[in-house]
Amino acid sequence: MSNEAISVKDLSKKYGDRYALSHANFQVPLGTICGFVGPNGAGKTTTIRMLLGLITPTGGSGKVLDISISQPEKYLSFIGAMIEGPAFYPALTGSQNLRVLAKTGGFSINKIQSLLELVGLGDRAGSKYKTYSLGMKQRLGIAAALLPNPKVLILDEPTNGLDPAGIQEIRELLRKLADDGITVFVSSHLLSELEMISEYLVMLREGEVIFSGKTKDLLASTQPVIKVKTEHESDLKIVLEIAQLAGHASIIRGDEIFITADEKYGSELNKSAFSRGITLSAITPLRPSLEETFFEMTNQESEGQL
Amino acid sequence: MLRVFSAEWIKLRRPTLLLGTLLSVGGLVAMVTSFIFLLIDSPSGNGDRGQVITREMLALPSGLSLTFAQSAGLLGLAALCVFAAQTAQEYTYGTLRNILVRQPARMKVLAGKHLAISLFALILVSFSAIIGLGLSVLLAARVNVSTDAWFTSDAISNTTNSFLNVMFATVAYGTIGMVLGLLLRSPISAISIGVIWILIVESLLVAVRSSFGKYLPGAQLSNIGQGGSIDLSYSYSMQYSLIFLALAATITAILFKRRDVAN
Repeated sequence: MSNEAISVKDLSKKYGDRYALSHANFQVPLGTICGFVGPNGAGKTTTIRMLLGLITPTGGSGKVLDISISQPEKYLSFIGAMIEGPAFYPALTGSQNLRVLAKTGGFSINKIQSLLELVGLGDRAGSKYKTYSLGMKQRLGIAAALLPNPKVLILDEPTNGLDPAGIQEIRELLRKLADDGITVFVSSHLLSELEMISEYLVMLREGEVIFSGKTKDLLASTQPVIKVKTEHESDLKIVLEIAQLAGHASIIRGDEIFITADEKYGSELNKSAFSRGITLSAITPLRPSLEETFFEMTNQESEGQL
Repeated sequence: MLRVFSAEWIKLRRPTLLLGTLLSVGGLVAMVTSFIFLLIDSPSGNGDRGQVITREMLALPSGLSLTFAQSAGLLGLAALCVFAAQTAQEYTYGTLRNILVRQPARMKVLAGKHLAISLFALILVSFSAIIGLGLSVLLAARVNVSTDAWFTSDAISNTTNSFLNVMFATVAYGTIGMVLGLLLRSPISAISIGVIWILIVESLLVAVRSSFGKYLPGAQLSNIGQGGSIDLSYSYSMQYSLIFLALAATITAILFKRRDVAN
């Protein structure tokens, strides 16, 4: 058995003339948390649906737990999934909804209450789903995904609708699951969340994989930036010239200059500025966040969320 | 298949759905039975579309189940609505994807679902039979219908046949509802198209030309429920219905098996 929970090779899905996913290649190692990111319409849900046997690929191949995705019945009993948000029967209670899925999948119904307690719905197990808040629905979706004691957990936007405390709880839950050896493949719009928990990343843009690998490798590959402030705002242009003459791309934003350069350049710049009678009030090296890296790679404007 | 059946039954046994449907259908059967007995002397008839059902007809061994058989169409429509709603709502709620992740063998999902809703239909028909037969016995004395022949072996045989015919017609109507639910993927569309077709379109077509009745599924199923008629033989209706259902179910099953689940 290979060390990969999920692997796809040239996986494609075409609707008419348009590729929803085009020749995707990536691997997700066993026991890791892998973030799956991309703007709306990038092909994330299409990929997840193909991994779960809900839609048929137009081309390429894929494997989940070393079994071809053309035979989903052989691996789905080891997979927990929540696709495109929670979907349950409004007139049934949370507990009854889980019972329906447990019976369908042939799983034990004895663990339903403990799962509901795990996701913080223990006291609302007997309430009808239609009375749940969005956050509670999301939690029920996660409980449903955990029904089969999964080896791989595939979650599509699990933190949608959760408050900050709820997001933190889910983050901790996913970490705990990964510690227990479960592979977590999670798509999210909240890149800051993924940055905190994902060891691996698969990044999509317009149906194409633009990065797959370790999160730290992605972040290390981006150019470092230092942020500089001067004592007098009028000195900003002179400092900009110094940096540009030294061959570093620079830009003034507000009362700060952003210089594409290594952290070490800070002391050199400080000396040069001092020699011209300028005092630098702050030099801050910046590590690009996943969000900034993502927007740089996908050429999108940052708005905090995708 | 049995796993899907037992999961489906959790949804079907909800009191609002099960008791609500039983009470509605029971009420309708009671109404049909009451009309037949209480309007027995009405000059405008006491049966379906002005049909006259006399005391003599009711006094026959087949009289006991006659009013129940007259309700086959109503039971069928109720089944069509329940089957269509239970199937199409999986698309509108988005729950089909959960079911197929837990049971990827789509034919098993379809078979388990059909089996569960058929059991629901059996409960519906049985309850209606109790209401229809019980009320017939109660009302017969009131309008001087002789019930001597109702407790003979012939009557038992007739009643059993009626029950089986109504049951077949009800499940067949329901299967049409399920087919519509799978094809249209919307409970409202499936129910409205099914009901409009059976109640309005078929009636209009038969009114325009009575021979059209030979080719209409709703007319055949209603005929089976009533054990056949002078215009349409029972065996013709049964053969036609079986062929129609087999074709519709096969086409739908192939579509369901191959179609991407994208909602």
